[in-house]
Amino acid sequence: MRIEDRELVAQVCATRAGLKVDPEKAYLLESRLGPVARREGFASIDDLIDSLRTRAEERLVWGVVEAMAFRETSFFRDRAPFEAFRDHILPALARQREGQPIRIWSAACGSGQEVYSLAMMVDEQEETPPGVKVELFASDISERALEKAQSGLYTQFEVQRGLPIRQLVRHFDKAEDMWVISPRIRQTVRWRRVNLLSDLGGVGPFDAIFCRHALPLMVEAVRPKVLKGLAGALAPDGFLMLGEDEAPEGADEALQPVAGQPGVYARNPAFRVAA
Amino acid sequence: MKTCLVVDDSRVIRKVARRILEDIGFDIAEAGDGMEALAWCRATMPDAILLDWNMPIMTGIEFLRQLRQEAGGDRPTVVFCTVETDLERIREALDAGADEYIMKPFDGDIIASKLAAAGLT
Repeated sequence: MRIEDRELVAQVCATRAGLKVDPEKAYLLESRLGPVARREGFASIDDLIDSLRTRAEERLVWGVVEAMAFRETSFFRDRAPFEAFRDHILPALARQREGQPIRIWSAACGSGQEVYSLAMMVDEQEETPPGVKVELFASDISERALEKAQSGLYTQFEVQRGLPIRQLVRHFDKAEDMWVISPRIRQTVRWRRVNLLSDLGGVGPFDAIFCRHALPLMVEAVRPKVLKGLAGALAPDGFLMLGEDEAPEGADEALQPVAGQPGVYARNPAFRVAA
Repeated sequence: MKTCLVVDDSRVIRKVARRILEDIGFDIAEAGDGMEALAWCRATMPDAILLDWNMPIMTGIEFLRQLRQEAGGDRPTVVFCTVETDLERIREALDAGADEYIMKPFDGDIIASKLAAAGLT
């Protein structure tokens, strides 16, 4: 790929999805865009980019953006935030909601491991007071990521990254060379395509939003807007879970850290959601 | 430094596992079958054992059942590392006292992830 083609892809990804793509990473772009070119019937990536430049059909634009947005993740990534959520935040929400459903959103769910980790955790939560119902929602900008996530199918490598063996035995079945999560867990999640840059109006309210390791993949200029959008999608007493090394830079008026919980933020009471 | 006994009849697997585990910070010992591993454990009980299933003389599952009967044999964290991938086999290993289970092929991330899940790192 020529450098001007890679720069075009970076610009399209930034404009449409706020996605940060380094045009210097030729191998990454080519490995992601090769399958898009084949799927769309182009003889080469160069032909795909020519069409992107000259015709800019929406389907093609989003095929490129989604291919660049696709990211693998792992079950119980970083582990500690899940344990903190299970041990402190979920019980607190259960007390506050007094029987109302607790709504949790995995906002950039990728291939689904995060939301299924939450689903398994909730399923195993013996201390959740009787009658407390947890509703799980998951979204991603990539339709292909959502398709993979909804299938609940994972490779042997994927189920061995972060997933304790007892949870594999409890919640998965073998499907030839793959592993499939049980229908009982899969059916607890509702899915939707969401572009965090443009689709947050009217979303929510959620009692907890997980948006971990997604913001660093976005261009810096859009992060405050996304963070404010996420804050607006929180219930007034809800929690936003970011990666432990992420901070809501540029959105201090919307979010404030929760003491003793790295990566956990609460909506600032003074923050007013834009109409 | 924590010690890990790598039990596998393949010298190549032992060498690969040794390199990965040393990078994580373990002191490594090796055994080529269950009987040799049992003798090692009776002399010095390790903190962790990475255990193959199919080996000559004494298999991994036979070793594990025997180990858990030994004095101090409940202490090591035992992680099976085997080509056996059927759910029934995994359940059998857990019932015998395994703490974690790795399906070959593996890499450094998987070993690190499994040892973390077992509370060892």
